[in-house]
Amino acid sequence: MKISKAAAAAAVAVALSLTATACGGGADKASDGGASGDAKKDKIVIGIKYDQPGLGLKTPDGKFTGFDVDVATYVAKELGYQPDQIEFKQAVSAERENLISNGDVKLVVATYTINDKRKARVDFAGPYFLAHQDLLVRADDTSITKAEDLNKKKLCSVTGSTSAQNVKTKLAPDADLQEYPGYSECLTGLENKAVDAVTTDGSILAGYAAQEKNKGKFKLAGLKLSDEPYGIGLKKGDKELQTKVNAALKKMVEDGSWQKAVDANLGPAGYKADPAPQITEGS
Amino acid sequence: MFDFLTSGQYDVLGAFWVTVQLTLYSAIGSLIWGILLAGMRVSPVPLMRAFGTAYVNTVRNTPLTLLILGCSLGLYQTLGINLGGDTSKEAGFRLAVLGLIAYTGTFVCEALRSGINTVPVGQAEAARALGLSFFQVLRLIVLPQAFRAVVGPLANVLIALTKNTTVAATIGVAEAALLMKEMLENEADALFAVFGVFALGFVLLTLPTGLLLGWVAKRVAVKR
Repeated sequence: MKISKAAAAAAVAVALSLTATACGGGADKASDGGASGDAKKDKIVIGIKYDQPGLGLKTPDGKFTGFDVDVATYVAKELGYQPDQIEFKQAVSAERENLISNGDVKLVVATYTINDKRKARVDFAGPYFLAHQDLLVRADDTSITKAEDLNKKKLCSVTGSTSAQNVKTKLAPDADLQEYPGYSECLTGLENKAVDAVTTDGSILAGYAAQEKNKGKFKLAGLKLSDEPYGIGLKKGDKELQTKVNAALKKMVEDGSWQKAVDANLGPAGYKADPAPQITEGS
Repeated sequence: MFDFLTSGQYDVLGAFWVTVQLTLYSAIGSLIWGILLAGMRVSPVPLMRAFGTAYVNTVRNTPLTLLILGCSLGLYQTLGINLGGDTSKEAGFRLAVLGLIAYTGTFVCEALRSGINTVPVGQAEAARALGLSFFQVLRLIVLPQAFRAVVGPLANVLIALTKNTTVAATIGVAEAALLMKEMLENEADALFAVFGVFALGFVLLTLPTGLLLGWVAKRVAVKR
């Protein structure tokens, strides 16, 4: 009796591990499908941000909107995937490299600034957008015109973000910087005059300023405090995919879809986007 | 792999020092607040008992993140209460200590109350028979014995508090967890090394606490 119980348990364990590996194998095949001929049936998994209006946002009814989403959809189309074959997955900033190197996602289009530390873990295609660190201030505030003005001001940014570190180390070490987990918390302070400016990439701020509930309350200061070239993250060493994505991005700019996507997603906030940047990765 | 430690870009020790400060101030505060709460919960006044019970059950069951964020967004950003901190950094630190005291105090209170239950009823009765007041009974007879029984549980609370200070990063207090976030943002090629360093840091803080207080608990325990 005892032995048969143990045998049954072992059998269950083996069966479970088999199904688990079977699942894993299936998923791998699906995510590698881009290169093979039967791509029509497969899905492509793309990592985006879920919480940035104007760039990558999951709406309450489960749809995805934003500039990053439009770029992702266009690139996927060029790779041979229809919109219904795209599966979006949340890619929070700290997890982007792991999602790519583990093969959980094929591409990451999530306000992903190209830099050398990241290039050690993943490869990039693009850049497809050039953002700058900027400030969001109350609509009636005209006291900030250059970076030096910030030293006497109260600023807010997201905990540990590159923008927050820029303020601390370079832009305005004397500024009173409050850090919060998200930009929404910062906006509460900005509205109540507890902080004077919220700082991060202008493209992200524009999305918040354009939101229905914030309309008319805030404006962008229009300072270009840093350069943030956004790239599309992909698996290290996948030159073939990199070339394809670069070609797709080039085509997107040439046929006007890029400008259309910028205007549709970032235009309403009066955000002046830089023209499409030259593709520098992978050459 | 670990070159981020020697690059001079990050002040790891400084960040852990803030963690230690947060822990110390919060520990002292929550010990006092916990004793007061425990006193209320065993007091003969029904109103104080009711307040103590309601407070402990509400705050103990509220997520700490919510309490700390509420302190910062509600008290500071909306009502302008900064507890005397001139910059948001100082205000954030003080508000975080306030939130941690409010939260940890409930656990200290409950640990103490269980300690009070280990003191035989006869002790309190005898003290009252001698004519001591409620506060005298509590201060001279019951609490000294109760404390000796709960050093172990209080050590648990202190260790939990040490780790809970990481929540202060949500309102921008520059302690260990916040530095870790910054490093994760910059050092994409050494994620696990960064995690490892900070995990080790916390183990180094909490392990000696546990060992020391475990030894103290054994020494002071009331042998009945």
